[in-house]
Amino acid sequence: MGKVNITIDGVNIEAEDNLTVLEAAKQANIDIPTLCYLKKINKIGACRICLVEVKGARGLQAACSYPVSEGLVVRTNTKEIMDARRSTLELILSNHKKNCLSCSRNTDCELQALADRMGVGDVVYEGTAEDEIDDLSTSIVRDNSKCVLCRRCVAVCKNVQTVGAIDVAYRGMNSKITPAFNKSLGESNCINCGQCVAVCPVGALTIKYNIDRVWDAINNEEMHVVVQTAPAVRAALGEEFGLPMGEAVTGKMVAALRRMGFDKVFDTNTGADFTIMEEGTEFIERLKSGKNLPLITSCSPGWVKFAEHNFPELIPNLSSAKSPMSMYGALLKSYYAKKNNIDPSKIFVVAVMPCTAKKFECERPELSATGYPDIDAVITTVELAKMIKQSGIMFENLEDEMFDEPFGEASGAATIFGTSGGVMEAAIRTVTEVLENKSIDKIEYEEVRGNETIKEAELSIAGQKVKIAVVSGLGNARKLMELVRDGKVDYQFIEVMACPGGCIMGGGQPRKIVKEKAGIDVRGERRKALYNEDKRLPHRKSHQNPYVKQVYEEYLEKPGSEKAHHLLHTHYTER
Amino acid sequence: MAEKKCCCCELNSEKLKRLDQIIEEHKTMEGALIPVLHEAQELFGYLPEQVQQKIATGLGCSLAEVFGVATFYSRFTLEPKGKYNIQVCLGTACYVKGADKVLEKLEQLLGIKAGQTTEDGKFSIQDTRCVGACGLAPVMVINDEVYGKMTPDMVEGILAKYN
Repeated sequence: MGKVNITIDGVNIEAEDNLTVLEAAKQANIDIPTLCYLKKINKIGACRICLVEVKGARGLQAACSYPVSEGLVVRTNTKEIMDARRSTLELILSNHKKNCLSCSRNTDCELQALADRMGVGDVVYEGTAEDEIDDLSTSIVRDNSKCVLCRRCVAVCKNVQTVGAIDVAYRGMNSKITPAFNKSLGESNCINCGQCVAVCPVGALTIKYNIDRVWDAINNEEMHVVVQTAPAVRAALGEEFGLPMGEAVTGKMVAALRRMGFDKVFDTNTGADFTIMEEGTEFIERLKSGKNLPLITSCSPGWVKFAEHNFPELIPNLSSAKSPMSMYGALLKSYYAKKNNIDPSKIFVVAVMPCTAKKFECERPELSATGYPDIDAVITTVELAKMIKQSGIMFENLEDEMFDEPFGEASGAATIFGTSGGVMEAAIRTVTEVLENKSIDKIEYEEVRGNETIKEAELSIAGQKVKIAVVSGLGNARKLMELVRDGKVDYQFIEVMACPGGCIMGGGQPRKIVKEKAGIDVRGERRKALYNEDKRLPHRKSHQNPYVKQVYEEYLEKPGSEKAHHLLHTHYTER
Repeated sequence: MAEKKCCCCELNSEKLKRLDQIIEEHKTMEGALIPVLHEAQELFGYLPEQVQQKIATGLGCSLAEVFGVATFYSRFTLEPKGKYNIQVCLGTACYVKGADKVLEKLEQLLGIKAGQTTEDGKFSIQDTRCVGACGLAPVMVINDEVYGKMTPDMVEGILAKYN
C-alpha cells in the first residue's frame, strides 16, 4: 500500500493511497458531514451532503467516494461548499415528514443532527412525499414519508444479509424503497433481522413497539406478568443511560424491571441452559447415528426464517430445539405455573430481546405446546430503555439486584449465547463433559470467539474428531450453507446467527452508527461485557445449573424425553 | 397488483418454458437482468409478478431488485398492453406544444391513467420520451399509426375509429 501527499484545508497530510477524501480528512481532524455513507457498506455518493471542492475538478465532489491521489488539494469549508450542502439538506428536508416530536427517533436522528449542525433555516421548498405507512410486519414499521433515499437499508439487506427484501423502485421524484410489487414487508421475504432499522439514519424504518401492550399487562391486576431478559440486552442497555460500555448492567436492569412492576424477573439464560441440554442431546444422538449432520443451531429467528425461504433442503439439519426464549416461555406456562399454582391463562410472559425477529418468532402458531403462546409480548432493548425512562427510574443510580429465585439462576455458558460463537462454546462445554464423562477444565474456546466472518475448529471429543463452524451475518451464512448443501464441507455442528456479530448487534439494540463513527468498537465492547460476566458466574456449564437439574428431575425426566420434546422442541416450514 | 389477462399474453406453459431458455442463455453474462427483462416483455407483452419471480430466481437476484429495475425504465410495463396501445410523446417539443393536455384528455375519455389498460383490454396509454417526430409535435401514436399536430379536441374522433 502506497502513500500520497495531499492538502486538505491547507493542512498537508500523508495518506494511504486507497483512502477516500472523507477518510483522509479525518487524519487532518476534519469531520466532513455525511448522510448516506456507511463505512464498508454504503459508499455511493448519493446524498451529496459530503460535498467538497477538489482543485481542478469540475463542480463539487462527494468526499465519501472521491479517491485521494498524489498532490490532491481539497477544500471542505468554503462558503460555497457550506451553502451547497445546506441547500441539498433543505431539499432533502422538503420531502421529509417533519413530525419530529412524535417520531420514535426524535433526538436520536442523523438528519436532525445534520440540520442542527448545518444551521438550516425554514425549509422553503414543499415536497411531494405522501404518508405511506407499512405496519403489517410483526417487527418493523416502514414510513416512506420520512425516507431520505440514502439506500443504507438496501445495501445492508441486499449485500450484507443477502435477503433483498427491499430495493429502490421507480425513478426521479417517484423513487422509493419498497418490497417487490409494493407489498408489505410482512408479506415479503423479509426475515425481520432489523439490520435495516439499525442503519436507517431517520425514522423511515423503525422497530414495531409493543410498549403499550406491556404496560397494559403490568397494570392488569388479574395477570401474573413475568419478564425474561436475553443475554445480549444486559451488554447494551447501559448505553442508553450513558453508562460505560464493556460492562453488563444485569443488576441494574433487574432492579429497574422490578420497579416497573413485573411480578417476577427471570433470565432467558435459564432458557438457554435448557436449550443446551436439549440441543446438546440432539447433537450427541445425531453424532452417534450420523443422521442429519451437520446439526445447525436454530436460536436465531432471523436465520430460521432465512433458512425456510432459501435452504428448505437443510430444514432437517436445523436443531428442533426451541430458542431459549420460547423454551423458557413454555416452561413458565407449564412447570412454573403448576409449581406455583397459577392458572397459565393468567400468566403473561414478556421477553426483552436484542432482536426484532423475536417478535416474529413470538407470533409463530406452532410455539404454543401448552395451549397458550409460549411468549405473549416481545420488546427490544431499545423499547425497554424507553419504558425505564417513561417510568422515571434513575437507572444509572440503581443498586444491583438479583433475578428472582429459584427460576432465575443461569450459567455463564448461557450468558455468552448473546455473541457469535457463544452458543457453540456453550454446547461444546456440555457435550464434551457428557461424552467424556468427566469434568473438563479448559472451557474457553478461543477458536470460536472473535470477529472473523466464518470461524471453524476441529475438536477431539471422547476420541472422536468433531468439525465445527460458527458464522454470523446472513451473507456469510448463505455462502457456508451453499457449501453444506453441495456437500463440499463436512462439519458436524454449525452455529448461525443472523446479525453480523450475533445478538449483541441485533436490530433491537441501541443504535451503533454514531458510536462507531466516533471510533468505538461497539461489537467488541458488548462482547467483552458478556465474556466478563461468564467468567464471574459460579456455574459456567449449562448442565451444572442446579435448577435445570431440578426441573428435569421433577418434571421433564431427562433431556430429549417425550415430555421435553412436546414442550421444548418445534418444527419448521418451507416458505 | 391485479393481474389482467388478454388474449395475447396468457402465461401459457410454452411461453414460460421459453422464458426458462432465455434465462439460461443469459445466466452467466454480466448485467443479464435488463436483456432478460426485454426479452421477457417481448414474449409476454408485459412483466407480471410470476415472470419477475422466475427471472429473480433464475438469475440469483432478489425479486425486489428485479421489480426496481422493471419500474425504473419506462420501456418496461407491469401491466398487459391493450389491443390498441396509445403512446403520447412527452418529449420536450411535444410537451411545450401541449402534449400534456392531449394526455389529460385521453385519460379522461378512457378512464385510465398513463401506464394502465382499460378493463376490456382494448386500450392502454403510455407516456413516452421523444419519438423523433418533433416536426409533427405534439405527437400521438396508436400501435403503428402516427397522429401529428394533436389537439385535445381531436382525441375523441380518433378514438372513435378504433371503437
